[in-house]
Amino acid sequence: MNLFKIIDDIQQFDGEYVDRLEYASRRSFMSSFSSKVAAAATPLAVASILNKATAQATLPQQIVDVLNFALTLEYLEAEYYIRGLNTPGLIPANTRDVFDQIRKHEVAHVEFLKSALGNKAVMKPNFDFTAKGMFPNVFSDYPTFVTVAKAFEDTGVRAYKGQAPNLMSVDAILEAALRIHSVEARHAAEVRIILSILTNNPRIEPWITLNEGVPAPVYAGEDNTTHAGVDITGIAGKSKEIITEAFDEPLSKEAVLAIVSPFIMM
Amino acid sequence: MEPDATVDLGSGDIGILNFAYALEQLEAAFYTQALEMPYSGMTDVERRYLTDVRDHEIVHREFFKAALGNNAIPGLQVNFSKINFNDRASVLGTARVLEDTGVAAYNGAGKYLENVDFLVVAGKIVSVEARHAAAIRDLLQPRTRFFAGDDVVNENGLDIVMEPGMVLAAAQPFIETRITANNLPK
Repeated sequence: MNLFKIIDDIQQFDGEYVDRLEYASRRSFMSSFSSKVAAAATPLAVASILNKATAQATLPQQIVDVLNFALTLEYLEAEYYIRGLNTPGLIPANTRDVFDQIRKHEVAHVEFLKSALGNKAVMKPNFDFTAKGMFPNVFSDYPTFVTVAKAFEDTGVRAYKGQAPNLMSVDAILEAALRIHSVEARHAAEVRIILSILTNNPRIEPWITLNEGVPAPVYAGEDNTTHAGVDITGIAGKSKEIITEAFDEPLSKEAVLAIVSPFIMM
Repeated sequence: MEPDATVDLGSGDIGILNFAYALEQLEAAFYTQALEMPYSGMTDVERRYLTDVRDHEIVHREFFKAALGNNAIPGLQVNFSKINFNDRASVLGTARVLEDTGVAAYNGAGKYLENVDFLVVAGKIVSVEARHAAAIRDLLQPRTRFFAGDDVVNENGLDIVMEPGMVLAAAQPFIETRITANNLPK
């Protein structure tokens, strides 16, 4: 983990939260520590400052809940790619870098969210990636592995989008969540490209057409055409396919949990 | 719209929506021109992606125009004279910058929106811009780490973010119309 990036992230927190730093306000922190001193600080010290910056003690419970929900999804994704990459012969050499890059990001998201939550972070659950037998070949059949990866990424995009309204009270956290959200969307697009080639199916585009895709609950409602109260059916003479591709749809926490719960061992 | 006119984006949520509307106008105009004079050797998949992206940006542009109603800024005069539309690297390189900048712009502007419905809409659009960015990057460097490269995603796994003022400064060379954003939320 890069210390400068963490410090950079701390500096991006809004004034209200920076003011809550009891022992190290942004100004005194940056003036009393040169860059070199800051770089030499232990990860623990930096983590504790990040904790103060996000002010766990004062974080509204609603935000703690959202971050723990996100952390659970990131645990799921991170472990999925770690296991996939560690399974000999599963991922062909020509797409290995893609999945390793995704793994790197999901692991970073886990660490980032754990840092923000501190001792309020939930533990990693145990996972069953066959989803109680729904995908028995998930780590032996590459198309199945990619199909489940696509489902996780497209669900992740919808999950973060659905929680954005619950993060509006803390600008710094909303912004961080949006920045994770768009990384998940990049992942989703690339995995969809791989699956499209693998299955020789040009209907699988980097973007979501109508509510097409499996498993169906992952794409339910993606064919919506009303946004902020404006029905854009037929806008600019474009087809419903194009119009629905142009907007991704949020998903409620309950709908996301219904999708991922078969993968979580209780 | 006269080329030498000045347009102010406005304040509050309207200002942010006009900011997004300006970016979508720029993106839509770029892809429209790129497909009117396609570079030689454009592959089927390149044409398919560029056509879809063009149409998505047109839908975004027209959505903002409809949502803003009387508060919408006028159509902007664009200037792509520095782009060589005959050259694949120039077109796809510009597309990459436009999409990455779009992602950064929405990521940076979300916190300024006060109306939750507008925040949700911004979220619905930014992930599509991120899909575009990844697809264009995949055309440039197929099946590599580049789709979400270390140049745009940092060590904490966070995507790029830019404040509206920075985005406008970066976009202004492509827009003849002078845009002012003095009243945007900060």
